[in-house]
Amino acid sequence: MAGTKKLIDENGIRLDGRKWNELRPIKLQVGVMKNADGSAYIEWGKNKIMAAVYGPKEVHPKHQVLPDRALLRCRYHMAPFSVDERKNPAPSRREIEISKVIREALVSAVIVEDYPRTAIEVWVEVLQSDGGSRVAGITAASLALADAGINMRDLVVGCSCGLIGEQVVSDLDDTEDKEGNGDMPVAIMPNLGLVSLLQVDGVYTRENFQKAFELAIEKGKQIYQMQREALTTRFFGGEAQSTEVEEAAE
Amino acid sequence: MMKKNHVVESITKERMVQLLASGKRLDGRALDQPRNLNIETGVIPKANGSARVTLGNTLVLAGVKIATGIPFPDTPDKGILMVNAEILPMSSPYAEAGPPSEDAIELARVTDRGIRESEMVDMTKLGLIPGKSVIAVFVDCNIMNVDGNLFDATSYAVVSALRTAKMNRYVVKDDKAVATDELIPVPVERTPVSVTIARIGDKLVVDPNSEEEASMDMRITITTDDYGNICASQKGEASTISPEQVLQAADTSISVGKAIRAKILEATS
Repeated sequence: MAGTKKLIDENGIRLDGRKWNELRPIKLQVGVMKNADGSAYIEWGKNKIMAAVYGPKEVHPKHQVLPDRALLRCRYHMAPFSVDERKNPAPSRREIEISKVIREALVSAVIVEDYPRTAIEVWVEVLQSDGGSRVAGITAASLALADAGINMRDLVVGCSCGLIGEQVVSDLDDTEDKEGNGDMPVAIMPNLGLVSLLQVDGVYTRENFQKAFELAIEKGKQIYQMQREALTTRFFGGEAQSTEVEEAAE
Repeated sequence: MMKKNHVVESITKERMVQLLASGKRLDGRALDQPRNLNIETGVIPKANGSARVTLGNTLVLAGVKIATGIPFPDTPDKGILMVNAEILPMSSPYAEAGPPSEDAIELARVTDRGIRESEMVDMTKLGLIPGKSVIAVFVDCNIMNVDGNLFDATSYAVVSALRTAKMNRYVVKDDKAVATDELIPVPVERTPVSVTIARIGDKLVVDPNSEEEASMDMRITITTDDYGNICASQKGEASTISPEQVLQAADTSISVGKAIRAKILEATS
């Protein structure tokens, strides 16, 4: 339930000055780590997240080998200093669940059949967290997979929408996530038009559910353009440099 | 869940997909028909509330234990609710003893989310001394036999156990919370109902059994409340779903959930 703070004013402006359907600033950078086969760094609002990919590589322990495809491993982890109160570095149940849904969101995009008997590892490290860190992590991780030269059917891009009162809003930040009335992270494969991650909490009327879901897809497609530009910069734009994309005026 | 090693089930997928094309399932159910649901409450008298739920051959036992606790700093005047689930090693040849698996953690968290987000229990009525003492409600679920769709069976068990749970009424004396002998119900406001739908090929089926789970491409669990609102959802498994099928699944969850809610209310009133 909403707290005492007013998350959205009478003119429909949110605490950080955004309209209901605007994104926070997003900055993407591809190929930023030396050792990793692929990597990407994302800043999304106050989120600062690094994703790195190793592989295809030998599978250890060997009993986990899949004879017909690659094993995709994924770990989403939050640094102890990434949140207000120090977080225990051991993986929490929340992180284990998020690692699972991120893996499931990415694995349908990776052509795992091209790499039998190998492992592909995706490490997502949240250095500073704001709302929507799992979708930011997915957005960066799919760029890191592409940077590693892993065959993919499509990129995966995520965006979270939700509710403040009965108002559907895009891209919740930390305060809106905690004090708002619902959060709906969605990840899509934009060219294939498929949803690879969907989680919902909060109380949505059927109408608001559809509105938030469709808004998340629309925003995801917008972020996909930023992913494309970041990849273009990485491979055709000389030195890796950050690509800042301003949101098109609504 | 626990689909690995189901070699035989994987071989049956082809036939399953053929049958589904003509609107039929291997066990004869309609695509939107859940299995037989049986709810028995009060099975563990030492618990504050309990329910034994069978959904087909899936068997879940939920027990409620209520105690006083220290509130979380951000909600000093609200009670504590925790839902947990454990897949017992006895539940299936594929289950193992040891720390909870990823599947078990997901199951517990998704079940908890459905109960919490629907605001089933009025947490403001569980406060005792602001910032110091509140009522803590723990619901633990034992998964005893696995035959698919643990998400729904567990959720129905939790809802049934909570709806029939009794707790001591507490009074505050000298800045201390003291239990009286009077037993009162847990302040339950809503009846969240979880409906899990599997995609096998391009068809959506409600309440997949183990055999269907072994063949499913994608799973989505959607929880609705008494007013047809959607209050929690989780997509699972390695494949995807189209936006149209998400909305179709939402409508199915609302309509199927309504019938299941009536059954739960009947068994727990």
